[in-house]
Amino acid sequence: MQLRRTPILGAWGGEWRSRHQSQFEESRYNLRVFGKDRLAAIGVCWVAFMILVAVAAPWIAPYPDQGRGASDVSERLQAPSRAHPFGTDPSGRDVLSRVIYGARIPLVIPAIVVAGVLLIGVPLGGIAGYFGGKVDEGIMRMTDVFLAFPSLIMAMALVAFLGPSLRNVAIALVITWWPWYTRLVRGMAVSLRQRPYVLAARTMGVSRWTIIRRHVLPNTVGPVIVQVTLDIGTVILEVAGLSFIGLGAQAPTADWGLMISEGRQYILSEWWICTFAGLAIFLLVLSYNLIGDGLRDVLDPRTKR
Amino acid sequence: MTLLETRSLTVHFSVKRGLTRRSADVVHAVDDVDLAIEAGQTLALVGESGSGKTTVAHAMLGLVKPTAGQVLYRGVDITRQGGKQRRGMARELQVVFQDPYSSLDPRMTVRDIIAEPLRVHERWKTQQLNDRIAQLLEMVGLGTQHLWRRPHEFSGGQCQRIAIARALAVEPRVIVLDEPTSSLDVSVQARVLTLLEDLQQRLDLAFLFIAHDLAVVASVADAVAVMYLGRIVEIGLAAAVLSHPLHPYAEALTASVPRPDPEERCTRAPLAGDVPSAIDPPSGCRFHPRCVCRTDLCSTEQPLLREMDGRLVACHTPGYAADIAPADLSASNQTTQHDAPGRPAGRRAAGVESPSRSAPARRASRP
Amino acid sequence: MAKLLDIRGLKLEFRSYRGVVKALDGVDLAVAPAEILGLVGESGCGKTITGMAVLGLLAKPQAQVTSGEILFKGDDLLKKSEGEMRALRGREISMVFQDPLASLNPVFTVGDQIARVIREHKGVSRSEALEATRSALSATGLPDHGGLLGSYPHQLSGGMRQRVCMAMAISCDSHLLIADEPTTALDVTIQMQILRLLIGLRDDRGVAQLLVTHNLGVAAQTCDQIAVMYAGQVVEQGPTIEVIKRPYHPYTTALYGCLPQGKLAADLSTIPGSVPDLIDPPAGCRFHPRCTHVQAECAAQKPALIDVGPGHQVACHWVGRLGVVPGERMHA
Repeated sequence: MQLRRTPILGAWGGEWRSRHQSQFEESRYNLRVFGKDRLAAIGVCWVAFMILVAVAAPWIAPYPDQGRGASDVSERLQAPSRAHPFGTDPSGRDVLSRVIYGARIPLVIPAIVVAGVLLIGVPLGGIAGYFGGKVDEGIMRMTDVFLAFPSLIMAMALVAFLGPSLRNVAIALVITWWPWYTRLVRGMAVSLRQRPYVLAARTMGVSRWTIIRRHVLPNTVGPVIVQVTLDIGTVILEVAGLSFIGLGAQAPTADWGLMISEGRQYILSEWWICTFAGLAIFLLVLSYNLIGDGLRDVLDPRTKR
Repeated sequence: MTLLETRSLTVHFSVKRGLTRRSADVVHAVDDVDLAIEAGQTLALVGESGSGKTTVAHAMLGLVKPTAGQVLYRGVDITRQGGKQRRGMARELQVVFQDPYSSLDPRMTVRDIIAEPLRVHERWKTQQLNDRIAQLLEMVGLGTQHLWRRPHEFSGGQCQRIAIARALAVEPRVIVLDEPTSSLDVSVQARVLTLLEDLQQRLDLAFLFIAHDLAVVASVADAVAVMYLGRIVEIGLAAAVLSHPLHPYAEALTASVPRPDPEERCTRAPLAGDVPSAIDPPSGCRFHPRCVCRTDLCSTEQPLLREMDGRLVACHTPGYAADIAPADLSASNQTTQHDAPGRPAGRRAAGVESPSRSAPARRASRP
Repeated sequence: MAKLLDIRGLKLEFRSYRGVVKALDGVDLAVAPAEILGLVGESGCGKTITGMAVLGLLAKPQAQVTSGEILFKGDDLLKKSEGEMRALRGREISMVFQDPLASLNPVFTVGDQIARVIREHKGVSRSEALEATRSALSATGLPDHGGLLGSYPHQLSGGMRQRVCMAMAISCDSHLLIADEPTTALDVTIQMQILRLLIGLRDDRGVAQLLVTHNLGVAAQTCDQIAVMYAGQVVEQGPTIEVIKRPYHPYTTALYGCLPQGKLAADLSTIPGSVPDLIDPPAGCRFHPRCTHVQAECAAQKPALIDVGPGHQVACHWVGRLGVVPGERMHA
């Protein structure tokens, strides 16, 4: 049976489609299973909504300048009203607009942090697990050292050292977070290296680095994704926490953690300043956690066919 | 022509224990094994768990470094080779594993799985690669409609055929088959075995066939080596070794295979006891604690492989096991006295001494 | 002879993500007291499911019995409540599985586990349970000294673990033992010990057994009766010697042709085609797409069991056409 000879572009297109055919089917099945989990679906909807809000901020925020930081002292500390559905803060800025603009930070920063963590942690874990011996010992001892420090405190110290800014928060979180993924991936790599398909690859003469890249790491994707979605919630909380104590976003940037900090002293009387920002954090973190739970059901090999 | 051979192959693993990771126990997985695989022939390596047959295969494939001894391919010691030379040799020596599903990367498509060994050794143009893969699939009885599927979409037998196609990709001369049909149904097994036989004829392949199913071995092997606890106890032509084995263990092994014939109900006593631990193997002949015809010599001196009746046997009293009258059926229900509740790696069950030191040796009853 | 276990027309379905799997299609089996029935077939034929269905071990929402009955000593087990089944399991009917390591709890000692089962069912004192444990262990050929009773499962070898599982199974004097591939995971020399043990249990204690296996050699050496299953249907059954020596069903004869016993690899025959997908199984006789003697009615109607020998029955239209008279030797 001859394989179809098609023109270059067509061949590439056709091959790509065929190659991924069964992957599409599998993804479609996974989506169906995932979709059956009502809570996870709600989580996805909320995150999608938040992303939409963050992207469309300049158009949907009623007072976009105030969202970006302009203040209007004449309107300060107004209770929620028609003009200001979420009230105004001590600087007179519309809280709703600030909440809308503040959505950008917890969506962007954790993505950057996660990307950094995966780029560093996953390959290190794969190398440690596959090579074993001294390499494994070395990398694992290094992760042990990092994990010995309480992560939030270490992040605080790093940011304080580097200078308070969101960029440095991201850097600090990457530095405190990567060891967990190394440990996770290393554990999986240790068991994967004994799998017959890895042994077969070794027999074929495939180089060790190629084996790690092509056989070991791709098979760790499932649990890593689940871990990521569960961790994003914590990252959001840590970013908000660092902003709360003044080490993250700096005034007048709209950041939910910062807003809570600004409204701290008014919490009993002018409750709206903290509450809406806090609610926004709560809902976003909860959504990510629900997604993570739903993903675990889908990606856990034991519950699969 | 001898393609692949081992000389005095010995593989010991150390089991690291405790906080300081100082090695406390040594697992004597393989001791002093000499094997030779001839071009176009099938050598079967037979044994039960703990026999070391899989370790021998891994050592031959370079997956495990031998503690002592050599593995020679076409006369060259491959255990001392570096990466590049090994790669050159890897072309001619391929493997098929037992579990068809875990021997294929579940995330890769069939095409990538079969293309992998091809890509390691050469750069291929896409069309040439596709043609070669189509040719290989046809050789094993699969079609190109399967190219883009993933292993979990196939049956066990089909996966095994994919694994065979992968092994054939780089035109090897020797294929190590580690229990290739053990996890397959009888009818599927028959298909795979006929395929292997056909391929061997067409491509002049040599097989190292590792199995525990003696019926399968009898139908595929030219020569058979029986292993027990890391050593070869009998090795010779398949017809001879399987039909009238001389070593008591080989004899017990062949007698234990249940025959699908109710009129030939086996009445001899089953082999008593369990395989002892490889960490602390019995002294002298490793089989002597379970042997029905052992002598004093058996517990003190390790028998060497000696030529007898057209094959090599490592036994001080070869050929007597078959002569001993089969025990009464009812007696087979008791475990005999020298049965230690098996000791796993590194731990001794409380209060039980090693049978090789405590049980008095009995004289074989010679007719 | 009153049957101890009588399965009549059992039909069972599974709800899976891809559809409904029609796992069993009218299974008829019977085990007499103190008899070993071998349930033989390849993977996917439904033999394990049949064994699990007897004890009600299949997950209820997914697995549904659509018709049929499972009579144990005259009572239909399918009509019993979960509480009644729990009282039955381990007491009247027990089961041993393929992997003894997975069947034993790793954190309890062997003696502890057996004693618990005894106390659960018989409600006796601790010392009496210990006595019963000892006798159960010695019945399975294990030494009953403290060293073994105090061992954990991982300290024992595979053969010993399987004996422990069997000791647990017979500790409450069950009348029926269902053994699901009990020796598949064991070495062949150990397998022989375990099979002798099963025969011994039948002879000395009168324990009837349903032995599920894919190995015809195991069935031939151990069983009194054999039933051959294919894709959820029983195709042939009868006394061992009849089914092995004088097989009628095309699947059974084809299967024997695949056995490597005494043949060179080049002479092995194969069965064309593959095992059907039970979500959409072939109509009528499920083997007909692969059968060399397929008849017109095979695709339309499931064949009923007909007598072809003393106690020997076959479900096949082609055999029906041959006009076999039971007792008349058709085979050479």
